[in-house]
Amino acid sequence: MTESDATESIAIKRASSLSMIVTLGGVAMLSGLLVVLTWQLTLAPIQENQRIMIEKAIFQVVSDATQRRTYILTDEGIEDVSSMQKNQKQQKLKKAGIKFYAAYDEQGQLKGIAAEAAAQGYADMVRLLYGYDPQCQCIRGFSVIKMTETPGLGDKILTDEIFLASFDALDARLSADKKTLKNAIVTVKHGSKKNPWEIDAISGATITSKAVGKAINQGAAQLLPKLSPFLQQLQQLEPSINAPEHAEAKK
Amino acid sequence: MPIKEDHTITADTFLSGIWKENPVFVMLLGMCPVLAVTNSVINALAMGLATTFVLLCSSALISMLRNFIPKEVRIATYIVIIATFVTITDYVIQAISLELYNALGAFIQLIVVNCMILGRAEAYASKNRFLKTMTNSLGMGIGFTIALLSLGSVRELLGNGSLLGYSLFGDAFQPWVVMVLPPGGFIVLGAWLLLFNWLKERKENLSLANERGTS
Repeated sequence: MTESDATESIAIKRASSLSMIVTLGGVAMLSGLLVVLTWQLTLAPIQENQRIMIEKAIFQVVSDATQRRTYILTDEGIEDVSSMQKNQKQQKLKKAGIKFYAAYDEQGQLKGIAAEAAAQGYADMVRLLYGYDPQCQCIRGFSVIKMTETPGLGDKILTDEIFLASFDALDARLSADKKTLKNAIVTVKHGSKKNPWEIDAISGATITSKAVGKAINQGAAQLLPKLSPFLQQLQQLEPSINAPEHAEAKK
Repeated sequence: MPIKEDHTITADTFLSGIWKENPVFVMLLGMCPVLAVTNSVINALAMGLATTFVLLCSSALISMLRNFIPKEVRIATYIVIIATFVTITDYVIQAISLELYNALGAFIQLIVVNCMILGRAEAYASKNRFLKTMTNSLGMGIGFTIALLSLGSVRELLGNGSLLGYSLFGDAFQPWVVMVLPPGGFIVLGAWLLLFNWLKERKENLSLANERGTS
């Protein structure tokens, strides 16, 4: 190899590594631009979709409700965060807060409390929203936010009548000292439900049924004892802020 | 000198993806979404359209940039381009319907590694002009969607007794649950492959017999 050949090959190499950097950098910049543009354009409809989905779920688990407020429960008390921006809400939640929704009827009368809960199912986490009725101190129903359970087996938790009958008035009374649930909510073997705090499992979908029971038990045991001193405060929606939340969101 | 490019667009450029080189039934590419999200017609359709969109956009960009992308970093460049369009699709589907987004699960993001798309980029878009690439990619996308639909419709019909969510057989029908489960995907795919290969073989035998008959 002559000297000129060697320098030539080095020159080619340098040029190509520069062009590699330029190509990758350029493509990455173009990608970033496109992704950010799409994100900006789709942000509003996505948030609107999420709001509709949560609202639908709340009104499904709390019957007769027509409006809702979002609260965060911390050690200091409860706070209405309905009109807060999302990042503010997240900051509040970071202080060991629990988010829940209070659902009201047209007259602003409290109809129930809805909160999220999750537990490991057969395929992945089962995330659901349960509805608590303070009047009877019981769980009135649940709605699945996200699950990837086997179609035809695990997703029977949405349709199985005997299983769903357990949620007509699932007992969630507090113990005498109001620190825990009086009876832990459990899923029992199909056909062996005896007490109002038991959930009748679906045969063939035991793991998913158990996940629902576990999620609600954990969620309720965490939220309800802490929430009970404030229930009176939530009873009536203040008339001054009576505007339903979706009107604010649309602005 | 590079090999001279053939720029002519024939009907075959478009049709090869639908029949002769169908990505699913002939090349057996992208089996993961094919088996996983074809448990209903609507999922299959959404997945097919999403994949077609990503395929078309990425092929277009790669074809336009093909003379500027150095050979050494071509795969990395392709993946970045494909990932961009997958992210865009991801946001758009969330904006259209969260229910659909949840039903498709992780498979939207997994379009990034769909070997059909990378295969098209490497084997076609990087070697052909814009229009020819688009024609071919459109054919491939449609072929992929048709394949997903043919699996999805059979599986929904047998496993749920419905098509596009409309119940067809009434309450007396006992759904064949295995069809919407993963094994059903394999069974239906196998049945379709059997049918297509049988058709192909029959055609070949016929043309062979014709040749013998005339000579």
